Amino acid sequence: MFLKLFGSIRNNGVPVTLKEYLDLLEGLSLGLCNSNKIEDFYNFAKLCLIKDEKNYDKFDRAFNSFYKENIDIINQIQKNVPEDWVLNELKKILSKKDKKKISNDKDWDDILKEFEERLNEQKKRHEGGNKWIGTGGTSMFGNSGYNPKGVRVGGKPSNRRAIKVWEKRVYQNLDDQVTINTRNIKMALRRLRKLTREGIQDEFDLEDTIKATAKNAGLLNIKYRSEKKNSVRVLLLIDIGGSMDDHAKSSEQVFSAANSEFKSLDYFYFHNCVYENIWKNNYRRNSEYLETENLLRSYSKNTKLIFIGDALMSPYEITYPGGSVEHWNEKPGVFYIKKLTNYFDKFVWLNPEEKKKLAIFSIYNDFERSNEKKYVSNEFKRYRVSNEKVNLINSTKYLCV
Amino acid sequence: MVQFSSTKQYVATRDLIEAVNASITLEKPLLIKGEPGTGKTKLAQEIALKFETKLIKWNIKSTTKAHQGLYEYDAVSRLRDSQLGDKKVKDIANYIKKGVLWNAFEYKNKPVLLIDEIDKADIEFPNDLLQELDAMEFFVYETSSFIKAKQRPIVIITSNNEKDLPDAFLRRCFFHYISFPDIATLEKIIHVHYPNIKKNLINASIKSFLTIRDTAGIKKKPSTSELLDWLKLILADDIDAQDLMKNNNKNILPPLYGALLKNEADVELFQKIAFMSRSES
Repeated sequence: MFLKLFGSIRNNGVPVTLKEYLDLLEGLSLGLCNSNKIEDFYNFAKLCLIKDEKNYDKFDRAFNSFYKENIDIINQIQKNVPEDWVLNELKKILSKKDKKKISNDKDWDDILKEFEERLNEQKKRHEGGNKWIGTGGTSMFGNSGYNPKGVRVGGKPSNRRAIKVWEKRVYQNLDDQVTINTRNIKMALRRLRKLTREGIQDEFDLEDTIKATAKNAGLLNIKYRSEKKNSVRVLLLIDIGGSMDDHAKSSEQVFSAANSEFKSLDYFYFHNCVYENIWKNNYRRNSEYLETENLLRSYSKNTKLIFIGDALMSPYEITYPGGSVEHWNEKPGVFYIKKLTNYFDKFVWLNPEEKKKLAIFSIYNDFERSNEKKYVSNEFKRYRVSNEKVNLINSTKYLCV
Repeated sequence: MVQFSSTKQYVATRDLIEAVNASITLEKPLLIKGEPGTGKTKLAQEIALKFETKLIKWNIKSTTKAHQGLYEYDAVSRLRDSQLGDKKVKDIANYIKKGVLWNAFEYKNKPVLLIDEIDKADIEFPNDLLQELDAMEFFVYETSSFIKAKQRPIVIITSNNEKDLPDAFLRRCFFHYISFPDIATLEKIIHVHYPNIKKNLINASIKSFLTIRDTAGIKKKPSTSELLDWLKLILADDIDAQDLMKNNNKNILPPLYGALLKNEADVELFQKIAFMSRSES
């Protein structure tokens, strides 16, 4: 019986394993949740099977369907829909006009059943982002049959049942569909490192101590060394504005999560293509900026340069003076890109867009003949940042070789 | 068998009580997550009080290593002693310092072991503790001896969600997320801490507290512990419910808001809202 629950949780995309299921069974056999309350079982199953609050909502959904399927077994009395609750919902949803419009003579049980189904649908659609009533409108109950008389008759509830915890779905906003989380990003970025010993010497160095003691004619001479630390410096240039707005934040998060892994990590923004200036604060981009050429002076050659951008732009933005969509640029974008790529030893362009748009600048077919286009796409090692850890690993490998 | 329940100083919700009791019965570590200030650390103290046993605390920092919880071998002082001809040198066990876990394993009464803020440590830290927490035993290389727990301690682990924990580690724990308390629970919590507080003051303070929490765009939502601190100040200053209610309607920051809003940007946000509502009227 519980295997069904287990299966439906797994099907909902929650990572549960057999071990957790066995824990659940062990707990039950030890007499936990013996109070015959379904809420207790719900709590206990959640405790055993779910290991992250963002999966709570998925669990609630799975548990709901499990509960519905087995409702006869779980509790014979609780077959009925909570009529008082339904009534309140009806009042909320239907205006007086609607109530008048609708006339049908289905019996109350059918109405309730249908209503519950509708309500569930509404929940789902609501989750998709539509407003509760908005799109549904009056048609929502148009053909399901609602009898004003029936409401009054059924309005005297004989069996009360409160809305169940899992139906409230309180954890809905904790559910995130992010496929790359900070942990696996960190694991991937771990490869991006060169360990060197710098800083305070606080690690006991056995080998050196033996050597020094031997030299000292057996008189103890203790040596310390500093801990191994990552000496990789990373410079991020993130495309912001327009089509990149959705991605900029996630890119920032990705790298701020990994901040502690590197010796130093710095970021700047640009729009579509790198021109004279880059900036740190997008709101004050017109007053607080840094000249792109300053990067060459303030960062050493072995800093790893990472561009993050979807590279959705017109060819003019790269190849012609004045091609920028925001200001008049004296020199074409490619001048600055070349300047940066000539200076830094290692650089990649990470593209957060889906595969079809992967190739930089390739959406413009007439651009094919231009030499600059070839230059730019040959020069960059391009990797997608979205959803695939693998590409990130590949790019970090390249950066560190 | 003694069961955990709400105490005089601590209000636990039904699902939390169930979680604690289940993890004690099945002898599995309980991983507690939740917003800061929802009483994660306090829970361990209350369990220790309830079962009349010792609370062994292990506060995790970013530099904490897993083996520090087991034991540390002080090679340097042994070398020193060998030069001085100390007799202690013959026995390596003299230079093994017991860590928190070792102490917990050896304690007579089933102790409560609190591993506080495990997400602060290095990303591999939880993986290094898998075997120790699962089998409650570890091996001391220096003395070639096995240390096994006399009684499996009640293990409570808290996390603030700064880092994701590895799956293998999660599989060995029970997990409970303390969600933010509802109004009824909030009232109970306030009662537990300030038994003599007036009913209308509770209502007024909860109301303005929740308005602040529910304001869109707020960076750091005030938590239960901040509400309690704020109430303490209100009681000390003898501010009555009516003053609080007056402000509620005008969208003005409540008195002594410093206890609730800890972020400059949030205070600014509220001043803006207050300004807007004033110019509207």
